[in-house]
Amino acid sequence: MRKVFKLQDLDCANCAAKMEDAIKKIDGVNTASMSFMTQKLVIDADPEKLDGILDEAEKICHKIEPDMVIVR
Amino acid sequence: MNKKQKKTRNRIVSALAIFAAVFAVTEFVPLAQYVGGETNALYLEFVLFLIPYLIAGYDVLLKAARNIGNGQVFDENFLMTIATVGAFALVLFPDSQPHMAEGAAVMLFYQVGELFQGYAVGKSRQSIADMMDIAPDFANVMRDGKLVQVDPYEIGVGDEIVVKPGERVPLDGTIVEGSTQLDTAALTGESVPRHVEEGAEVISGCVNMTGKITVKVSKPFEQSTVSRILELVESASEKKAQTENFITRFARYYTPIVTIGALVLAVLPPLLFGQSWSDWIERGLTFLVVSCPCALVISVPLSFFGGIGGASRLGILVKGGNYLEALAHTETVVFDKTGTLTNGSFNVVAVHPDAAAEVDPDLILSIAAHAEAYSDHPIAVSVKEAFTGEIDQSRIADVREEGGHGVRAVVDERVVLVGNDKLMREEGIAYHDCELTGTILHVSIDGKYAGHIIIADVVKEDAAECIKRLHAAGVGKTVMLTGDRAEVAKAVAEKLGLDEYHGQLLPEDKVNQVERLLVETSEKGKLAFVGDGINDAPVLTRADIGIAMGAMGSDAAIEAADIVLMDDKPSKIASAIRIARKTMRIVWQNIVFALGVKFAVLVLAAVGLATMWLAVFADVGVAILAILNAMRCMRVKR
Repeated sequence: MRKVFKLQDLDCANCAAKMEDAIKKIDGVNTASMSFMTQKLVIDADPEKLDGILDEAEKICHKIEPDMVIVR
Repeated sequence: MNKKQKKTRNRIVSALAIFAAVFAVTEFVPLAQYVGGETNALYLEFVLFLIPYLIAGYDVLLKAARNIGNGQVFDENFLMTIATVGAFALVLFPDSQPHMAEGAAVMLFYQVGELFQGYAVGKSRQSIADMMDIAPDFANVMRDGKLVQVDPYEIGVGDEIVVKPGERVPLDGTIVEGSTQLDTAALTGESVPRHVEEGAEVISGCVNMTGKITVKVSKPFEQSTVSRILELVESASEKKAQTENFITRFARYYTPIVTIGALVLAVLPPLLFGQSWSDWIERGLTFLVVSCPCALVISVPLSFFGGIGGASRLGILVKGGNYLEALAHTETVVFDKTGTLTNGSFNVVAVHPDAAAEVDPDLILSIAAHAEAYSDHPIAVSVKEAFTGEIDQSRIADVREEGGHGVRAVVDERVVLVGNDKLMREEGIAYHDCELTGTILHVSIDGKYAGHIIIADVVKEDAAECIKRLHAAGVGKTVMLTGDRAEVAKAVAEKLGLDEYHGQLLPEDKVNQVERLLVETSEKGKLAFVGDGINDAPVLTRADIGIAMGAMGSDAAIEAADIVLMDDKPSKIASAIRIARKTMRIVWQNIVFALGVKFAVLVLAAVGLATMWLAVFADVGVAILAILNAMRCMRVKR
């Protein structure tokens, strides 16, 4: 299942690339894409694991870009 | 500028002012005389420069501390902190010149650069978003005799909505009342308005210009054209171009390597060769200043995003940066004929009366139209369309279909035969062929040959120009594939100046031809296939780049193609290639420029010729120039 999330205060293109890489490695994620341009995160993942994946993604993002918020 | 940016701006401006004041004081006021001694003066300077430094960079320091706690060693905040703190710390080395001014300046200009970057990127993001702002906010519905505005999401199929002049059509549907001029520019880039009236289909995203219309909705909002286009363009940034991936990968190695280089530079020469610590540490710190690959990481996706946005303004929807990149390397363009290079509808192209018969061409057309009055065969339809008068049924009697060869009828009390050469032969009428290619409809009146009507698929107005522009743009080979007869294919190919054509192809033959052409293209060269999206799906997917045209409304085409042309003008393909080439040119300009400057600074720093001042200007300046250059991608000529 493909889901799109808006991102707030994503200020760093390099960080977006790093976060994208890290989110792709979360278990249950088929593919993920973080676009600095559209300020969007697209996750294609197992719908049952989605909540857990998002928690994990938030943790990762907080480490790399602490100001950014994933709008659920 | 948003709130956050304004706050940062004010902070930086005040820090800059303080910095300038401190700089002036330390340069021109003989501090040592007042505070008693050189050392005291140095410490005073140190404290003074710390003030603008902290005002400008406290958030960088905080972030650095937080990120190092999270194990992010190669974070730009952290590296910038080390570089500046290091510059201040050089004061501890008695043999070195003080570098506090540089430390503060590096932080200041880094922040100025960051602010400008954020602003410029936000601005271009906004302008691309505005350009694609074709989403309607509301729909007018009649409720209890009053017109109310509702969210287009709430409208169902079959509902009737009212679109007033000046408003955007919110949902796809059919006009049930009224007529108007529609501006389709936002969807197709076509500036000439389209006239529509009752019964016509309207597409969401168009602007109603002149009259009020009532539209019966045919698709829910999520499936309407405008939603699909927006979705498509927005998700285009998911499919990243090779160049973009390359830069991201490059950035992953660049920062660590430069950081390690900085460390080596600062430590090894003094340790091994007893060189001056302060001198080599300064060189290492200069390295750190240029260790962020930001200019590249921002400017490359920005260029692709801008190119895709610019193309969408012309009605060319590109589904990803990778396709834009491939399009720039197009070597072969393969066209389907019908519906792509030609209109796909049959038209009377000429009426040739027989020299001996001395009949008026209009009379031949009139008689043929009456004889074919009851037929709905595509050829009959085109004859009737070409006939400008009214069909008078009282003139017609005794219509008989002649087994697929034509019709026999009595028109104006004369026996008329309209049909192909077989019909003429069967009836023993002397006919002659035509030099034009197409379907030939012979007409005889009372057993005597009157002349013939030539019906053909008409080549699109801009098709020849398209081929010419493609060749001019460096596309090596243009090929036409068609299921139509070989001689028709030949006529069209010669008229348009195509390099190669193949007629009488079955759908699987088309795939085979494309396979063959794919083998023939060079390793880097790409093959684009252009079709109208109907029955083309296998070829569209097989080609490197599948281009579907005239797709306003065809789901299958949008699904299968990589690039979608909203209208049916083949010349748009040349425009798309031009945009793709321009985008790639800008991308490579930025890569070469940014890397060139960075490497130059690294080399200069290593040999001790670059100061931190130079490094920070190189870093920030390059990023700004690259962003400004990338923003050029958005600008496209109509």
